[in-house]
Amino acid sequence: MLNASIPEGPIADKWASYCDASKPINPANKRKYHVIVVGTGLAGASAAASLGELGFRVSTFCFQDSPRRAHSIAAQGGINAAKNYKNDGDSVHRLFYDTIKGGDFRSREANVYRLAQLSVKIIDQCVAQGVPFAREYGGLLDNRSFGGSLVSRTFYARGQTGQQLLLGAYGALNRQIAAGTVKSYPRTEMQDLVVIDGQAKGIITRDLLTGELRAHMADCVVLATGGYGPVFYLSTNAVGCNVTATYRAYKKGAFFANPCYTQIHPTCIPQSGDHQSKLTLMSESLRNDGRVWVPLKKGDARPQEQIPESERDYYLERKYPSYGNLAPRDISSRAAKQVCDEGRGVGPGGRGVYLDFSDSIKRLGQDVITARYGNLFDMYAKITGENPYQTPMRIYPAVHYTMGGLWVDYGLMSNLPGLFVLGEANFSDHGANRLGASALMQGLADGYFVLPYTVASYLNHVKPGAIKNTDAQVTGGLRETHESIVRLMSVRGKHSPDYFHRELGKIMWNDCGMARTEQSLKNALSEIPKIREAFWKDVCVPGSSQDYNPVLEKASRVADFLEFAELLCLDALERRESCGGHFREEFQTEDGEAKRDDKNFSHVAAWEYRGSGQKPTRHQEELAFENIALAQRSYK
Amino acid sequence: MSLLNLKLRVWRQKNGTSKGAFVNYDAPNISPDMSFLEMLDVVNEKLITQNQEPIAFESDCREGICGACSMVINGIPHGKERGTTACQLHMRHFKNGETIVIEPWRARAFPLIKDLVVDRTAFDRIQQAGGFVSVNTGSAPDAHAILVHKDNAEKAFDAAACIGCGACVAACKNASAMLFVGSKISQLAHLPQGDPERKRRAKAMVMQMDAEGFGSCTNTLECEAVCPKEISTRVIAELNWEFMRS
Ligand SMILES: Cc1cc2nc3c(=O)[nH]c(=O)nc-3n(C[C@H](O)[C@H](O)[C@H](O)COP(=O)(O)OP(=O)(O)OC[C@H]3O[C@@H](n4cnc5c(N)ncnc54)[C@H](O)[C@@H]3O)c2cc1C
Ligand code: FES
Repeated sequence: MLNASIPEGPIADKWASYCDASKPINPANKRKYHVIVVGTGLAGASAAASLGELGFRVSTFCFQDSPRRAHSIAAQGGINAAKNYKNDGDSVHRLFYDTIKGGDFRSREANVYRLAQLSVKIIDQCVAQGVPFAREYGGLLDNRSFGGSLVSRTFYARGQTGQQLLLGAYGALNRQIAAGTVKSYPRTEMQDLVVIDGQAKGIITRDLLTGELRAHMADCVVLATGGYGPVFYLSTNAVGCNVTATYRAYKKGAFFANPCYTQIHPTCIPQSGDHQSKLTLMSESLRNDGRVWVPLKKGDARPQEQIPESERDYYLERKYPSYGNLAPRDISSRAAKQVCDEGRGVGPGGRGVYLDFSDSIKRLGQDVITARYGNLFDMYAKITGENPYQTPMRIYPAVHYTMGGLWVDYGLMSNLPGLFVLGEANFSDHGANRLGASALMQGLADGYFVLPYTVASYLNHVKPGAIKNTDAQVTGGLRETHESIVRLMSVRGKHSPDYFHRELGKIMWNDCGMARTEQSLKNALSEIPKIREAFWKDVCVPGSSQDYNPVLEKASRVADFLEFAELLCLDALERRESCGGHFREEFQTEDGEAKRDDKNFSHVAAWEYRGSGQKPTRHQEELAFENIALAQRSYK
Repeated sequence: MSLLNLKLRVWRQKNGTSKGAFVNYDAPNISPDMSFLEMLDVVNEKLITQNQEPIAFESDCREGICGACSMVINGIPHGKERGTTACQLHMRHFKNGETIVIEPWRARAFPLIKDLVVDRTAFDRIQQAGGFVSVNTGSAPDAHAILVHKDNAEKAFDAAACIGCGACVAACKNASAMLFVGSKISQLAHLPQGDPERKRRAKAMVMQMDAEGFGSCTNTLECEAVCPKEISTRVIAELNWEFMRS
């Protein structure tokens, strides 16, 4: 049984008492501690900047050419905070409640409560940095609504909220780089974690321009390396998103929690062909003003303007009258799949539903819609060649976010002491389904406000600079990394890494996507090893490993996906219930909603690696619901 | 729409010290729904299966926001569609049989790494020189303590939309980075939060820009024309004003 080390006391006081109990480190000593932060997205950049401000020596790593290009840059819709600026009844407790319920009662209460508490400080911090949030005429901040909530608590910067928040954090990071507290290593990929006497003490990296492998030692290591959505090949994630850092840490002993909790987002532009390299999200914020519908009749091929109102099925409004088009993502996605499975989908292959703005345009005028969503409408028009002001958008669900990640305790430390995990890379706050606008909130809460405290309280017990990079674990790690690169380069087969990645994606989407069954999962578990075997026989990586080689980077990430996918499916198989985004067809209510099994599965599953070819061990962390009563989720 | 058969003339160069040259490729059966980068993916996939090094180019988000993709297409950074990055440019804008010329950004301050990939870390160093508000974590007042006029917030946003791709530099005959630097200066000049450090910021960023070897601005406005976020040269005028005041 895993222990999350949650402080005692009433939920509202836990974080304050944690902070009170942690002893500050003498400023002169802070400089002696070296902290490695892998990843410079919202979580990593905010953490590194804040640690630098406190006086720690920090090194940051990212695989892009600049910290500013981390995938957080692509977040569109907004960030939640319990400010209650709208006076519509929001509060820390309500945000806490919505997030626990939205996560289908599979997240840890204490973490989520802290997240809700810290949410208000995030907005203050970002505004002070000069993040240009949307404003009202009075000069105050504007808000909008997101799925799974009845209050308006989402702060936004047009459709580029992630970009603006990340540039704020990047600015804070740059300030520390200039001050000399942070050293930045762009185009440098973490290849392995160095664990010495059970503690995380460094990383092995590859310089992506020269191929040089190097060990970086530190007093603790922070992973903020994002999610693993591209294990499905097609997703709304950037094409470089990967599982390498977290998976390799897992192979070094860190537990991987709930890998089967993956989020399929309801509103993405449908796939246009086999050439597709990624799918594009149309922000959930669009559902504030867009109405989702399909024809009432199966196989109705008339153009949408010829389908009279009475022959349209606004299925979300019909099935979930109180939340309507703002039903949470997992529910909206499944509803879309259902109507398409019934033969009522629209567009090529019948895999699409309409997202229609004509009512809002009539009611509010095109200008208002442009001001709210202009860039999203433009993006849609560029990709599809259609004008969404005139014809409804066509959308379909796509893989978007991964709630699973490395297991962490209340202090965001994994079971390996000295290894901290932040942002999308950890598992903690979103349970089985993440609500919109809450990943940005979590990444920044983790980085700005939680980690600086918890790292300090860990380092209080650590002697700085104790390990040298001549340790056997370090030289061994360098050798292993070198060997695995040589192995990839020497196959010289006939297919690109993408070829295998696409094959894997097909299996994952069909057998472990929006609906899963015991049989489909068993099928996936027998197919994945075959693709992996084929990969190692037949992958081709041209060029040299001592040079800038994007194919090598890709091959090494695909190799990890090919192993990790099995863990994901195994977790999905063993979780014999439906919850949030994990929908097992065998476990559903009469009206087709996810049916949880609280008696047997009200726990986190955390997997321990046991060696290649061995079945990993499934550990459990029981989830206690002391502040919110377990209930069947209803959005009706 | 039917499939396109295209010819590519692509700049190939092993690294910054070797000599580069154009190489011709066929790109047959291209779907008009593909993005420009997906078209290159198809060409590359074929090269890889022949154990040849694919055309190196950068991309990540593939939705026009990260600023990674960077290539000159038929003489224009990101191609001729206005307000569009290469990753958002779709093949329906090309004609069957057309020859497409693809080159890297060319500027002294952006040394070439390989093929279409250049080193843009000069942009990071300019931001490090002063592109921020000096506020430590945890020290901020309540967000509503600072009122911002809606028009100012909008102007700040228009400038802040910069994705740091470098097309402005690539388009400019002087390889000037004024649009890039101006966008950060303008963002913070329109916000009360940026006020206390405005003089220091303008001076430091301009000095770093010069030190990196970017050229000066002679108002040819090519930068505005190619900017995928359509940032206006208003920000350059504002940068000049802020710099003069500093
Ligand atoms: C299209 C889209 C829209 C979204 N919109 C919203 C929204 O409106 N609101 C919301 O709350 N959430 C949204 N999300 C989710 C949210 O953007 C992400 O969950 C969040 O930004 C993740 O931040 P992060 O800091 O954890 O990781 P990321 O931003 O993904 O950063 C990962 C970092 O790790 C680095 N890295 C990864 N692997 C390695 C390695 N091996 N070595 C070195 N470095 C490595 C990368 O270089 C990068 O710097 C959206 C997501 C997508 C895909
Ligand atoms: S790949 Fe991100 S902007 Fe083109």
